[in-house]
Amino acid sequence: MIASAPLLRVDGLHKRFGGLTATDAVSLALAPGELHAVIGPNGAGKTTLIGQLTGEIRPDAGRIGFAGEDITRLAVDVRARRGLARSFQVTSIFAGFTALDNVALAVQAHAGHSFQFWADAGRDAALREPALAMLDRVGLGARGDVPAGNLAHGEQRQLEIAMALATGPSLLLLDEPMAGMGREESSGMVDLLAGLKGDLTILLVEHDMDAVFALADRVTVLVYGRVIATGPPAAIRADPAVRAAYLGETGGGGVGP
Amino acid sequence: MGRRERIVQLVGLAFLLLLPPLATATGQPFYISLFTRILVFALAAVSLDLILGFGGMVSFGHAAFVGIGAYVVGILFFHQFENSTFLGLPGTVNGLVVLPLAAAVSALCALVIGAICLRTRGIGFIMITLAFAQMFFYLFVSLRRYGGDDGIALWGRSEFGGVIDINDNVTFYYLVLAILLGFLVMCRRLVRSRFGMVVRGARDNERRMRALGFPIYRYKLAAFVIAGAGAGLAGALLANATEYVGPAYMTWSRSGEIIVMVVLGGMGTLVGPVFGAAALLLLEDVLAEYTEHWQIVLGPLLLIVVLFARRGLYGLILGRPGGPLRR
Amino acid sequence: MLLLIEQLLNGVQLGVMLFLMAAGLTLVFGIMNMINLAHGSFYMIGAYLTATFTGLFDSFLIALLLALPLAALVGLVVEVIALRTLYRRDHLDQVLATFGLILFFNELVRIIWGPVPVFMNPPALLSGTVEIVPGAPYPAFRLAIIGVGIAVAVFLWVLIARTRTGMLIRAGATNREMVEALGVNVALLYSLVFALGAALAALAGAMAGPILAVQVGMGEQILILTFVVIVIGGIGSIRGAFIGALLVGLVDTFGRVLLPSAFKLFLDPSTADGVGASLSSMSIYILMAAVLFFRPRGLFPAPG
Repeated sequence: MIASAPLLRVDGLHKRFGGLTATDAVSLALAPGELHAVIGPNGAGKTTLIGQLTGEIRPDAGRIGFAGEDITRLAVDVRARRGLARSFQVTSIFAGFTALDNVALAVQAHAGHSFQFWADAGRDAALREPALAMLDRVGLGARGDVPAGNLAHGEQRQLEIAMALATGPSLLLLDEPMAGMGREESSGMVDLLAGLKGDLTILLVEHDMDAVFALADRVTVLVYGRVIATGPPAAIRADPAVRAAYLGETGGGGVGP
Repeated sequence: MGRRERIVQLVGLAFLLLLPPLATATGQPFYISLFTRILVFALAAVSLDLILGFGGMVSFGHAAFVGIGAYVVGILFFHQFENSTFLGLPGTVNGLVVLPLAAAVSALCALVIGAICLRTRGIGFIMITLAFAQMFFYLFVSLRRYGGDDGIALWGRSEFGGVIDINDNVTFYYLVLAILLGFLVMCRRLVRSRFGMVVRGARDNERRMRALGFPIYRYKLAAFVIAGAGAGLAGALLANATEYVGPAYMTWSRSGEIIVMVVLGGMGTLVGPVFGAAALLLLEDVLAEYTEHWQIVLGPLLLIVVLFARRGLYGLILGRPGGPLRR
Repeated sequence: MLLLIEQLLNGVQLGVMLFLMAAGLTLVFGIMNMINLAHGSFYMIGAYLTATFTGLFDSFLIALLLALPLAALVGLVVEVIALRTLYRRDHLDQVLATFGLILFFNELVRIIWGPVPVFMNPPALLSGTVEIVPGAPYPAFRLAIIGVGIAVAVFLWVLIARTRTGMLIRAGATNREMVEALGVNVALLYSLVFALGAALAALAGAMAGPILAVQVGMGEQILILTFVVIVIGGIGSIRGAFIGALLVGLVDTFGRVLLPSAFKLFLDPSTADGVGASLSSMSIYILMAAVLFFRPRGLFPAPG
């Protein structure tokens, strides 16, 4: 990989909840176009880390740099407008709207201000067309008119991704996109993500080890809030500290041979 | 819009249009003024539906904006009557001035109040809207110049330069109906617009909206202001309807009544609150004939409606499954 | 100076009564996440019951001993029958249901006691004045109220911070499921918390009776002040309720006394009266707005 300025740079992130240290001096750097996976046993603090990157949780110490700017103190929506998108571990969609409306809203978020009071957004081609295209891309093209709350679980996970992508981000934070998916659906998701590599920078938190090792350029291992190893997948697989952490852990599919 | 909904709306509209001649023909002109009041409250309820039904903001202070709009009419009348000025401006009973001004003043108050209230959410938001509405109540009670607790009796309704005379009940009824219909049309476009989608999205999943990049606060505030303007306009019409202005218009139980109208009629439907206003006021009218203690019936009735009937009258009529409107 | 001391005591007395109202209510908000508009009804019921029993038994104390448990019982019944299903519902449903309860109680009281305000005299023992500062006699009854309020504050602090029940209450606030998993009967806990709140409100009403008029609708007036207290103090926090209540009591009292006079310094008397009266009734709301500006969650928000 060509050495260039990292798109995302995390320095010494620290977060405590009462007596529990959820994030302990975590540092990361993501190069543009890289797909970087974050793995670790349950309770390792992966979701807390994402929370701090998106701005929902304020770190006690540390610095987060995005595209060269310090975003540590910025609000969630400000970061999103700068090109940082995320998908949620527990599906977070607009159950009352159709799938197409869900994605159209995501498009709308980055189409200037929304102080338009008269024109029907449901007929706005500038919103509908990109939304439909995005639905096609994730494989939901035929399901646009279904109320999102009625979609199958796997379809909702796909919708999550579509919404995140529709905002046209430069950095995508994916929190266990394959959670609760079966074999076939997971495989479809892996293909989708593989197709995004290079165009987008992706931080992928996942339990599904097959997916992680198939997709990741580099992997960071988080245990009890601390980074114990960072490197290419092969190196991580061989790392004794990592194997020790996972010994006895069933996780998603276990660490491969 | 489904065929059934279209029919229901047409029938309702026809009824409202034909009410004055029907009432006169059957020798019951009382119903014209009753339904004028219903339409005025319907306007207030529809404006609340914007933020409550579509925006999910449980504002328990909406009657304050109704009261403010009413007082704009009352205070300007007062100064015209006395031939004095209010902050340097002369009084007036010109309808083309006081009606828009009532909406504007209410909108401005909604801007200030909303800016503070929307910094909280959940139980806090409900309490704060209630508290600020009460603040306005006490403020107007303390204004002895404008009648204090007793309010101001108006000598006639707003004037429109001889073009129409709303002192005639029938003319006034049609003016109110026209305004309500205009407001409904405006709101319908509003909830389908980009702005409306943001407000509705924030109700469905605010966390997701922020994650997508929407700065939610300013849109909620705008919706709050628009709702306040609508309520202010309703207040100005209420003052004209009863030819009276008083702090009783903005008590918190009035705010509660408007919420009831919205929920009873059907939240998030715009048309539902019109049914809700009619149902509540007609019910009060009927019950009051039977017993002066009708409120003891209304209380448990509300409880039951809340616990069991979620889709409101409008949803019931349309045979909809429970829950507010989904597009 | 003497006037200042008298107003200071008045402010504390109002604050203490607001604390009695706010303490129970903020617990219900914080622990059960339920907004209860009918809290003022317990205040009213407490006042009416005490007034009636004082008339029957000619003893304020006996009246209190009868009225408070009775009010707590009413609270318990209301909670079990009407409110239990509301815990898991959204706030709008809670608002509507408790609004319905207010209408019901107001009308019920009107039917039983009639629409005319009932007057209640303070107990003979406390009907005189006490000179805590020489030359400044202060009504003994109001001093008693302050004393009772402080005693309740201490009692609540001990209960919440030092007893097992209090610990359960605090735990139930943060994680209902967890507490249930530990084998605690959370439903019973909630009922007890609610009944306690009702009893405290009734106590406030009983003590307010001799000072203010006992009438239908008295609950709503104080309820709104209570809301302001809770918003300022922070939802779910007893300490916040105490500080908030004292703040509101003092600001309201001093506002009404000082503002008209202050305006007289640089405005003509009639305008000063008008502006002063208006602003003084708004003073606590301005305080609330100011607090919210800097601390949207109140001064001592409960964690979580």
